[in-house]
Amino acid sequence: MSSKSIRDSLSLACCALLHTSSNAQAELLDDVDIDTAVLYYSESDGRVSLIEPVVKMTSELNEDEIVSLQLVFDTLTGASPNGAQESNIAQTFTSPSGKQTYTTPAGELPLDDFFRDSRLAITGSYEKPIDRLRKNIWSANFSKEFDWLSIGGGYTYSQDFNQRNTTLSTSVGLSLDTIDPLGGTPIPLSAMAAPGSPQPKEADESRNTADLMLGITQVLSRKTITQLNLGISQSDGYHSDPFKIISLIDDNLGPTYGQPNGTYLHESRPDSRQRTTLYWKIAHHLTEDVINFAYRYYTDDWGVDAHTMDLKYRWRLTDRDYLQPHIRYYSQTAADFYRHSLLASEALPDYVSADLRLGEFDTITYGIKYGRVLGKNNEISARIEFMQQTGDSNPADAIGEQQNHDLYPDLDAIILQVSYSFIW
Amino acid sequence: MSQFIKAVLLCSMLVFFSGCEIQPVKPWQRGILAKPEMQLVADELENFLDEHIYFSKEAATGGQSIGGGGCGCN
Repeated sequence: MSSKSIRDSLSLACCALLHTSSNAQAELLDDVDIDTAVLYYSESDGRVSLIEPVVKMTSELNEDEIVSLQLVFDTLTGASPNGAQESNIAQTFTSPSGKQTYTTPAGELPLDDFFRDSRLAITGSYEKPIDRLRKNIWSANFSKEFDWLSIGGGYTYSQDFNQRNTTLSTSVGLSLDTIDPLGGTPIPLSAMAAPGSPQPKEADESRNTADLMLGITQVLSRKTITQLNLGISQSDGYHSDPFKIISLIDDNLGPTYGQPNGTYLHESRPDSRQRTTLYWKIAHHLTEDVINFAYRYYTDDWGVDAHTMDLKYRWRLTDRDYLQPHIRYYSQTAADFYRHSLLASEALPDYVSADLRLGEFDTITYGIKYGRVLGKNNEISARIEFMQQTGDSNPADAIGEQQNHDLYPDLDAIILQVSYSFIW
Repeated sequence: MSQFIKAVLLCSMLVFFSGCEIQPVKPWQRGILAKPEMQLVADELENFLDEHIYFSKEAATGGQSIGGGGCGCN
């Protein structure tokens, strides 16, 4: 198949995905900008590894309409913390499907060895100006993995003001997700069945998410541009993680594991979540280098507040080469219902989760990228980054044997990425 | 931390509210702003991949655009 016929096929695929007009379909793609990247992400101690190749194709349909199609395929392997605590004896868990067991040695963080998945995601967008100052952007996305299906769409309207130095934009989006783990979803707060016993399950679940975002972009000078976004997201439906459990411990002795039944409970999260974000970004061109800073404030009705700061410095080495150091700092408070464990004597709360991602922790990411510009939209680059998450390993409410264990093990990960962009 | 946040918000508001004082940049003065490295998202794929990592490892998400998520990684 010739490259032109492939481009034409891609054009029709984009239009079909986005249901754009027959007029647009008639205009086949000319040059296509191709952006490709492969990400490798790996956590220490045999935890999660990810390989994620991405391809994005962008082209103009007519001189002012832009269509893009992005394909992502990722493969996860490794092991993920299941929510249970370390113990001074070996612990045996039943797999999420109820068909297998896995054992965590004494003194080690319980990891679910059955954690592996592959995902295919397709995103398309179509941008069409209304006139010189206004434009519409439509987008659609589809994502499928073994136990998760997500279909969504979005619309953005933007308008320029002030001699095109100011841009206001409004975006709305809707996402429909279906969660269908093998055998169904666990009943919240039910005990993990003893190894070999069937796990009581419910049918598949769903979650719907609506997004609204208001944004303003302002040119401050010939060398400086800034952006401020306010985002609100409301999701309703199933929010628990079907693979997470929480340890039920003896009030006096601390962990008393190894019981055949009732030692671990499936987690339970609220059936709705409202998130609000305020995001500010600024890019400034120095004499030759570019500095880029972003700050995000996040809050939700689960009690999580988070601050994120991100700094990139593009250091121009030559006309073609650059180095870009990057540092990111993230800090979050715990969700109201986050607990590292439950006491056997207490009444069960409505909602509880020991998922470390809902605890209080900080993340530092730092790294460097090297890029070489080969021509117009023709660039090759590579980056290496290191990510470290740290939480409170010895919380004040640890009792008995718990005080001898790490209740928030650090997470160290490495991020590698190579990218190549070219015009086809 | 809250004082820092207030300072950041105050600065950003000052920048925006002072926008009317700023001399508009003319189309022919936008050579630097048009450079790829001066786009607010200079590398879309890198940004996308980073967002995916942080979405799967942290409770907070979003801010840059609508959507995101759509996977069972969190």
